Order: sequence, then structure tokens, then C-alpha cells
Amino acid sequence: MSEAALPRIAGVSAGPPGRLAALWEFLARLGREKPLGAAGGIVFLVFLLCGIFADVLAPYGINETNLAVRLQPPSLDYPLGTDHLGRDVLSRILKGAQLSMIVSFVAAGLATVVSLVIGVVSGYFGGRTDMVMQRGVDAWMTFPDLVLLIVIVSVVGPGIPQIVLVLGLLYGIAGSRIVRGAVVSVKENMYTHAAQSIGARTFHVLRRHIVPNVMPVLIVLFTTRIGAVILTEAGLSFLGLGVPPPAPTWGAMLSGTGRTYMYLGPWLALAPGLCLTIVVYAINVYGDALRDLLDPRMRGTQ
Amino acid sequence: MAEPIPAAAADDSLLRVEGLKVHFPVTEGVVVQKRVGSVKAVDGVSFALRRGETFGLVGESGCGKSTTALAVLRMLEPTAGRVVFEGQDLTRLGRAQMRPFRRRMQMVYQDPFGSLNPRMKVRDIVGEPLVVHGLATDRSAYRARVDGLMDLVGLLPDMADRYPHEFSGGQRQRIGIARALALEPSLLICDEPVSALDVSIQAQVVNLLMDLQERLGLTYLFIAHDLSVVRHISDRIGVMYLGRIVEIASRDALFAEPRHPYTQALLAAVPLPDPAREAARPHELIAGEVPSVRNPPAGCGFHPRCPEAMERCRERRPELARRSRSVVACHLYDADGGGG
Repeated sequence: MSEAALPRIAGVSAGPPGRLAALWEFLARLGREKPLGAAGGIVFLVFLLCGIFADVLAPYGINETNLAVRLQPPSLDYPLGTDHLGRDVLSRILKGAQLSMIVSFVAAGLATVVSLVIGVVSGYFGGRTDMVMQRGVDAWMTFPDLVLLIVIVSVVGPGIPQIVLVLGLLYGIAGSRIVRGAVVSVKENMYTHAAQSIGARTFHVLRRHIVPNVMPVLIVLFTTRIGAVILTEAGLSFLGLGVPPPAPTWGAMLSGTGRTYMYLGPWLALAPGLCLTIVVYAINVYGDALRDLLDPRMRGTQ
Repeated sequence: MAEPIPAAAADDSLLRVEGLKVHFPVTEGVVVQKRVGSVKAVDGVSFALRRGETFGLVGESGCGKSTTALAVLRMLEPTAGRVVFEGQDLTRLGRAQMRPFRRRMQMVYQDPFGSLNPRMKVRDIVGEPLVVHGLATDRSAYRARVDGLMDLVGLLPDMADRYPHEFSGGQRQRIGIARALALEPSLLICDEPVSALDVSIQAQVVNLLMDLQERLGLTYLFIAHDLSVVRHISDRIGVMYLGRIVEIASRDALFAEPRHPYTQALLAAVPLPDPAREAARPHELIAGEVPSVRNPPAGCGFHPRCPEAMERCRERRPELARRSRSVVACHLYDADGGGG
């Protein structure tokens, strides 16, 4: 998931020979040309590793209550303090990194794939297909997100897989509009036309010409959705429809204990709030850097 | 009607376009679309290309030159007519049956910037036709082929690992030509291949095309609006106006003795290189605007702007017919003298 994820996204130029070399070259360029983006990537990687090794790193059990030390401010024993049940906030943040990362990544990834498929099919084939699909998207988008979420989650019940699926679909369908617009514009380029006139099959045209040229849109869509998913999950948790407690997601920590005990223990809201902000910012600057680096025209600039 | 239109002898014609029509529907209504008319972009175009020749297609913007090219390639579905390429009527072929013929006819585009995918290396662009047709199985042979194509169009093979934006307009056009030649086609359709380039670069690209034609025995359908370029490269020239061909003649006949009033006006509009002579000569510009293709005039499409227009021009559309060295569609040359 960590480094292996890079060449797959960067795969446009990575050919079979020297994939590893291409990866190193890419990382070198990232550091050299986009230091901020590189920093974002590293910060993000750190959080990811924290999430992966949460069970090892956490000094206390996530549900280990100790009423003797409830609502303690940060100290050496409890670096981020404790909550109203005396649970260690750091441990819960680490575990929360795991849950929030899983939910946001998988859901944002799913959303991007859904957007890509709907957007490409609708935009590329056009005509009647486009008409029917876009009216479907219109109908879906007339419902407010939260209402749809509440209805679906209350039918299937709360749980991580459901939430990922629902958020992925929700953001995916909304985002498909943006992808469709990009596809329609790329489709009109003469190089698409040239490939078609050569006799290229539709799949080839989509894979070699359409998708690489809507990639910048997809990257931005993906990185902005990560933050949105984390926040929406927090909203769902607040309504009791998110990842069920006592599992600690950042959103739940922020909107649950964080809000309730804001005046008694501000660290309860600060810790997950800051983590959320930092991760979302990091992934955004990394996404922007990625988008620029993948554009051959930007090569050598800055 | 005098003699019938001389079709090129069946054995040496590579491409025959017969009565080609491309009409686009004009619809009204958002949900229930109602057809309220049609744009006759190409309305009954016929011509034939002999093997190894260059056929120039000229006319002002919007006259249907490019639409004709797209219909020949079956990138647009013709409304009517036949496109016979290497003895096969392409308009009857399905998508899959069309594929082998796509190898034999390739296109060079006008815009050297838009016609190359900015995210692909030049090597992949030039080699794409080989990949598409499954001819890129052997890696080293593929590389050698792309290098050879680069060399053929006057580019260094080392440049193949760069991206299109690193090249100038003329170089990009060479890349486009290399891509078009990858499958060793017999017909190259050049849609305004030099009109986006600087004049000095135009000559280089035109000369490259002529050189390649000689070396590879290519046949060109060369579309342009610049008469001096067309004159330089073409063997025969067809003049289009409002979706129809109004005159076909050999290059020399057309420039020496233009028959159709529209051809005469086009030639008169070409400036002379000598400013003194240019200032001294009379300028007869065509009056008025090109009529809307959605609602073309009855009779001859050119009659509202034609200095020689007669009564019958408003009523009856002239058909193409042979007049001495040209084939021309104009009532001026009717057998009865036309009364003009």
C-alpha cells in the first residue's frame, strides 16, 4: 500500500523494463521539484504506518478504561491525555488512523473508480447512452447526501463495509459529472480521432488516450474526496450511523467525546481535529504534486 | 450534357468516390427531438484518385473538404454514395471489416499540436499504429521500425524518447507523418497539413511529402485552402463550393484556364509576390457571403455571388461535364451556349 502504490498511479510512463528505476526517478523528481508535495507524501506515509502498526504502537488498549485517570490533560504517561472514561487518547488516535484511513481510502478509491466508469462511458459514447446515464445521475443528485446516507445505512445497518460502499457510491456518482466533462473535452482532441482512424479499438483509445488525459482530474477528485469522506463519516458517527462505537474513528472522537467534553478537556477535540487537518492537507498537496509531475509538459519547469 | 464524367480506368484508380453525401440532421426539442432540416455538408461529391498521384481538394472554409475526407475514412457515416478503395466499397463494411482497410489509408492532420497525445512519448505515438494492429510483438524490431520512421521523415531517432511539447510545429507535423506511414499505407489523406505552419516550414513539409511520395509510391488526397501549396504538390485539383465539386482539372489546366467562375475568382484572389504588380492589377472580389449550408440556394449554389449568373442558374443545378481540358459544373458551358 505504501510505496507500491506510487508506480501504479504514476504508471503512465513506467514501462516494463526498469519499473524500479522509474520509481526512483519519480521519487527523486518529487523531492527535487515538489518539496512540499514530498513532505505531504511523507506525512501521509507516517500516518499510514501508524495506522498499520496501531496495535503495536498503542501504549494502552483502546477500550481500556481507568476511571481513576479520567479527563487527564496530556502528560508523560498519557501523551495526548485521557477521555471521560479514562481511555488513552493517543492509543485511540492511532487506532482511529487505521479505521479512518481504511474507510477514507477505500471509499475515495471506490468513488474515483465509479466516477471514472460512469464519466468515461457517458462522456465517450455520448448520445443516447449519455442522455440516459446523466438523467440517472441527475435523479440521484437531487437527494441530499445525508438523507440518502441515513436511509441506506438505516436499512443495511451500520458497519465499515456498508459505509465504505455507500460513501463510495455517493461521491462516485456525484464526481462522475466532473469526469464526464473532462472526457468530453479530451474526446474532441485530434489525437483521439487519429487513434480511431488508425483502427484502434475502443478499449485502446480509452486506455491510452482518454484515461491518461483525465488523470489530473481523477487525482484531484481522489485527494479531495479523502477529506470529505472522513468528515462525512464523522457526521454519520454523530448520528449514530457511522462505524459503530466503541471503535474509535477520528470523526466519532471529534463529534462525540470531543464535542461533549470540549470545555473540560479540549485535547479530546484537538487531537483528532489536528490529525484530520494534517492528513487531509498532506494528501492534498501530495495529490497536487503528483498531478503536476505526471504532466510531461510540466517537466523541467520550476 | 456533353461527354460523361471521365472515370479513371478501373485498374489504376486507388480510390473512387461516387455521389458522396454527408448530411447532418438539424433537430429541435430537448426530450423529443424533431428533425427540422439538414445541413448538407457534402452533397454529391465524385472524384477518383489514380495510384501515385496527388489530388488536391480546395475550397474555402466550410465547403465540405474535411467532411469529405472524414467520410472517406468512415469516421463519419456517409448519407449516400460509395467510397471504393482498392476495389472495395467501404461504405458497405462493418466496423471489424473496416479495420484491414484502415491500415491502407492514413490521415495527416492540420493541427500539429492537437493531433499528438501530450502524455505519450514520440516513440509510442509513431509506433501506435503498429501496436493497434498487433505488429509490435517483437520488441527490438518494433524499436528499429520506429527509428526507421523517424529517420524517414527527417527526425533523429534519439528524439523518440521525448514528449510532443518539446518539438516545434514543423517537427510535430513530421511526427504525424511518421505515424501515418507506420503501416505502409497506399493512401495518405492530408487535411490541411501545412496551414498551421510558418511559411518557411510549409515548404519543408510539402517537399518532404513529395519526396516520400516518390520513394514510397504513395497516393495523396491533399486538402488545402492555400492555392499556391496545392499548385506545388498536386497533379489534379478539385474545387469545392458549398458541398459540391464545381470543377476538376489537371493542375496546369486549372491554373492556365480556370473555367468555373468560382475557380476564376479563387485564382484572382491569390496575391502576386511582386507588390508593384499586385497593386497594379485589377481586383475582382467575390461579392457577398457563402450561403448557409442549412438553406442553400436553389439551382447552382454559386449563383447569388456569381458575376455571370443567368436565369437558368437560379433554377437548375448544373452537373459536372467535360469541357475541353476540365470537368466543370456550370451553365456557361452548356452545349447550347447558355445564352451568357
